[in-house]
Amino acid sequence: MPQPERENYLNKEYGVWSWLLTTDHKRIALLYLISITFFFFIGGFFALLIRLELLTPAGDLVQADTYNKLFTMHGMVMVFFFLIPSIPAVLGNFLVPLMVGAKDLAFPRINLLSWYLYIIGGVMMMHCMLTGGVDTGWTFYAPFSTSFTNTKIVEAGLAIFVAGFSSILTGLNFVVTIHRMRAPGMTWSRLPLFIWAHYATSIIQLLGTPVIAVTIVLVAAERALHLGIFDPKLGGDPLLFQHLFWFYSHPAVYIMILPAMGVVTEIIACFSRKRIFGYSFVAFSSIAIAVFGFLVWAHHMFVAGISVYSALVFSFLSYAVALPSAIKVFNWTATLYKGSIHYDAPMLYAFGFLGLFTMGGLTGLFLAALGIDVHVTDTYFVVAHFHYIMVGGAVMGYLGGMHFWWPKISGRLYPEGWARLAALIVFIGFNLTFFPQFILGYMGMPRRYYDYSHMPEFQVLNVLSTAGATVLGVGYLLPMLYFLWSMRYGKPAPDNPWNAAGLEWKTSSPPPTFNFDEEPVVTWEAYNYDELDAPQKEEVPVAR
Amino acid sequence: MLNNFPLWPQQASTIASHVDALYIFLLIVTGMMALLIFVCLIYFAARFRHRPGVRAEQIEGSTALEITWSAIPFLIFMVIFAWGAAVYFRERIPPADATEVYVVAKQWMWKVEHAEGQREINELHVPVGRDVKLIMTSQDVIHSFYIPAFRIKQDVLPGRYTVEWFRATKPGVYHLFCAEYCGTQHSGMVGDIVVQEPAQYEAWINGGSTGPLSATGEKVFSELGCSTCHRTDAQGRGPNLQGVFGKPVQLEDGRTVTADENYVRECILDPGAKRVKGFQPIMPTFQGLVSEEQVNALVAYIKSISATKPGDASEKSKSSASAAAPAQSNAQPNGSQVQ
Amino acid sequence: MPDSTVAGLHRQEQHHPELLHHFAEPQQQRDAASLGMWVFLATEIMFFGGLFCAYLVYRRWYFPDFAAASKSINATLGATNTAVLICSSLTVVLAVWAAQTARRTLLISMLGITMLLGLVFLGIKADEYYDKFEEHHVPGASFSFDNVPIPGHPGEFANPRHAQIFFTLYFVMTGLHALHMIIGLGIFLWLLTMAWKGRFTPEWHTPVEIGGLYWHFVDIVWIYLFPLLYLIDRHP
Repeated sequence: MPQPERENYLNKEYGVWSWLLTTDHKRIALLYLISITFFFFIGGFFALLIRLELLTPAGDLVQADTYNKLFTMHGMVMVFFFLIPSIPAVLGNFLVPLMVGAKDLAFPRINLLSWYLYIIGGVMMMHCMLTGGVDTGWTFYAPFSTSFTNTKIVEAGLAIFVAGFSSILTGLNFVVTIHRMRAPGMTWSRLPLFIWAHYATSIIQLLGTPVIAVTIVLVAAERALHLGIFDPKLGGDPLLFQHLFWFYSHPAVYIMILPAMGVVTEIIACFSRKRIFGYSFVAFSSIAIAVFGFLVWAHHMFVAGISVYSALVFSFLSYAVALPSAIKVFNWTATLYKGSIHYDAPMLYAFGFLGLFTMGGLTGLFLAALGIDVHVTDTYFVVAHFHYIMVGGAVMGYLGGMHFWWPKISGRLYPEGWARLAALIVFIGFNLTFFPQFILGYMGMPRRYYDYSHMPEFQVLNVLSTAGATVLGVGYLLPMLYFLWSMRYGKPAPDNPWNAAGLEWKTSSPPPTFNFDEEPVVTWEAYNYDELDAPQKEEVPVAR
Repeated sequence: MLNNFPLWPQQASTIASHVDALYIFLLIVTGMMALLIFVCLIYFAARFRHRPGVRAEQIEGSTALEITWSAIPFLIFMVIFAWGAAVYFRERIPPADATEVYVVAKQWMWKVEHAEGQREINELHVPVGRDVKLIMTSQDVIHSFYIPAFRIKQDVLPGRYTVEWFRATKPGVYHLFCAEYCGTQHSGMVGDIVVQEPAQYEAWINGGSTGPLSATGEKVFSELGCSTCHRTDAQGRGPNLQGVFGKPVQLEDGRTVTADENYVRECILDPGAKRVKGFQPIMPTFQGLVSEEQVNALVAYIKSISATKPGDASEKSKSSASAAAPAQSNAQPNGSQVQ
Repeated sequence: MPDSTVAGLHRQEQHHPELLHHFAEPQQQRDAASLGMWVFLATEIMFFGGLFCAYLVYRRWYFPDFAAASKSINATLGATNTAVLICSSLTVVLAVWAAQTARRTLLISMLGITMLLGLVFLGIKADEYYDKFEEHHVPGASFSFDNVPIPGHPGEFANPRHAQIFFTLYFVMTGLHALHMIIGLGIFLWLLTMAWKGRFTPEWHTPVEIGGLYWHFVDIVWIYLFPLLYLIDRHP
């Protein structure tokens, strides 16, 4: 018997304009959810075509130029329009004010502007793709991108430029909110580690993104006016482009993974019913990753023509940046010790993250080793490495977080059986897709090749990889379908279906527009699972 | 069947075994780390699964453990770093007396020119057991010269020379790939490295019909009028280039640079950039007036007039009409300059 | 039962009309706005930083050509602009003080003079750009820089390709700076309108403070640009 619904942020107002002009961080998070899901499927579609082409050694599905555009657009869409916004713009926007005990982010109108900038950038990118696209690779190296290609670099560049400002403003909002809008009693050491992770991410977004913005300006100027900033024929330096590009694009990968680490921390704590092991170490590791992440960019350039001594320095620093990530993995594992572990879908995604991120991170050690990198850079080894982290890590983290907080966001429970199945399918499909690529890389298959008919020995592994990709695609489709289903047919969710710690669980599911009926006053430490599981209470989630 | 499903490229250069040794070490070390973590994960997940009535034990942390699992990985990382750096140094610093081969990359082919004058397209013949140094530049965009069987790779840049070296250990034919995306036919920019027994290689290299590269360079030097100013006595308006290659040069602005391939190239294409002390700024630029192959030939010539190396001396004495048709000949007709 | 609606909040407490509803109290709102502007300025430093990086690399490579190109831009106009901007920063400081001490007339006049000085700056800039256009020093198809002597090296002439890189950086850097000035003028127009309507009080004048911060930043960027671009290897 349906009860009269309490007023919450979803039913407070109806109508398209109440959504398009909202300043409520929760509604903006949902606007982002819809947009990034759209771009995820666009990028995924390109990936599917790439894998289909690579089933056979000959270039027989699409033409060379088309293939070059496919991998370029796959990269640009996935990096700039899916991965970088994903967790911060959806889960971060939704949860940061709730977790710190505030009514909204510091600058709600700037938050809305941030979404509109993302949409404008997205529309520009769509237009660019539909009218011919770009074929430089997402890395658009000069002088190919400035002086040789005939595709729409300036338009794609401007799309990324605009979307970049969306990223900067999100970061700005988070930093100010976390500093200035914590509820009384919410000290820094009581913050959920999700907040620490987003704080570190925001620092990178703020300080890194402007550099790629200015790089894009220079590339656009060079193309439009035939200048010689990067073209050696006119006195320019192609390596300067690479330095400027990677100065942002390396920290960018930490923008992609840190939020997922934050999500996984929350999930592991909840489903082990324990405080995270080594809270301060995990918190400071996030900051350390952000800081060191700015110091390693030229490890993408070991064979580019930099000096042997530069290469030494960057290799060393790359090992330094690996250390905080390793520390986090150990702390997560140690959290499971003497826990009380439940295997709900969010936890399955977290386990998947732990396994796949560990593998991706360990293969980073190979790439940081100068002697090995010379052989495997620009091959499928690198492709496998970054997909393990970005897909095996970041996307698993994103999906895990969506499942964990779905009851809070939508007020509904998703079907647990289907969710566990989807997690398993994603895990299997992912490994089948990308593990063979490590082998392909060491064997010498270069990246960005659409025709490998000179090397038919590469075919078997490519076929395995494509098979995995189709499985992976199914795994990604399922959550979209059952989340949508649950919005209509899912069981209504209680305030705290997981009996989880955190201020967001102390308000209703979904929350009211101003988040809390009364301003919270925090007198307890983070992850107070011992209190939550105290004998007088009902233990264990009652979701099912 | 395993021949059609290889997991590992052949080892065909001296550095390959070093790279593979480090790779295997990394496989073992990271495999063990991964195993350790996975075993813990699986064991904890099973052992500490939720049981009714059994509560989790709240453990804040352990500084001792944190330090341990920071220090040990860090030490391991440093070992990997040092080993990787050692291999890298060996890979990137060519031996002093390596045979030189010039490579010009363009969309979408590799143009190779041996010092003896032999030219190849998308192929490189080398003898087993000899140090070979590739001096490479690009005519257009960035490419990358990658030989998986040798485990070496180096980006090839427009506007400057980059260098790569190897010593092949096994005769055979090995893949050559372009490994830096360069446009439409990037995947077509592949070729073969043909490693031959020394006798076969000698036969092949003598099958060409042009003279040594340095002789071509000498011709270009006089055709372009360089010898007018760069005389061999002290009265030239330009520096005497005898014996200059490889030595330090004092510049007008006070700096001292070494006269290497990049410096010679820069002097030809951008003479004002690093003017030699004591000379007037009157050398015209040849940017746009010389092809990359001509620049390579000039560099080879400048080297030859500084030569004290046996390799260079023998280049000049090799004649093109000596041997009978070799077993594997790839002699290219060389009427015109390839642009 | 607390009423979380906006109307309910209004009923419950008398609060400053400018207090936005997601803030607990005016001090928090002020602190948030101030921190927000400082963080934003940090991003702007990174933005210009990339350009300064490119500039430093090429200046080191092509110093003589850069010196010749720098000599050809008008250092007197540049210095005048520097003085103009420094004065405008003074008027901004006075405007903030006026807001803090409820001096409405002074506030309005200081905001106005700041904008005037900003317009003077842009006018002088436009004049400089026009000169460059006339001399064919604008990078692109009609660029020419032949037979321009290198200062201090008689008989030597600058390499036009390298000089073009200087001018590219000159136009991009000063152009971006000018764009920021124009945005600053827009902000100050808005501040002026608000001041005219009497919206600023000693208790609440945050927009004046953070607008001032932005203006000071734009000023500081110019103070770096001026010597780097105009004063390379100047001889008396």
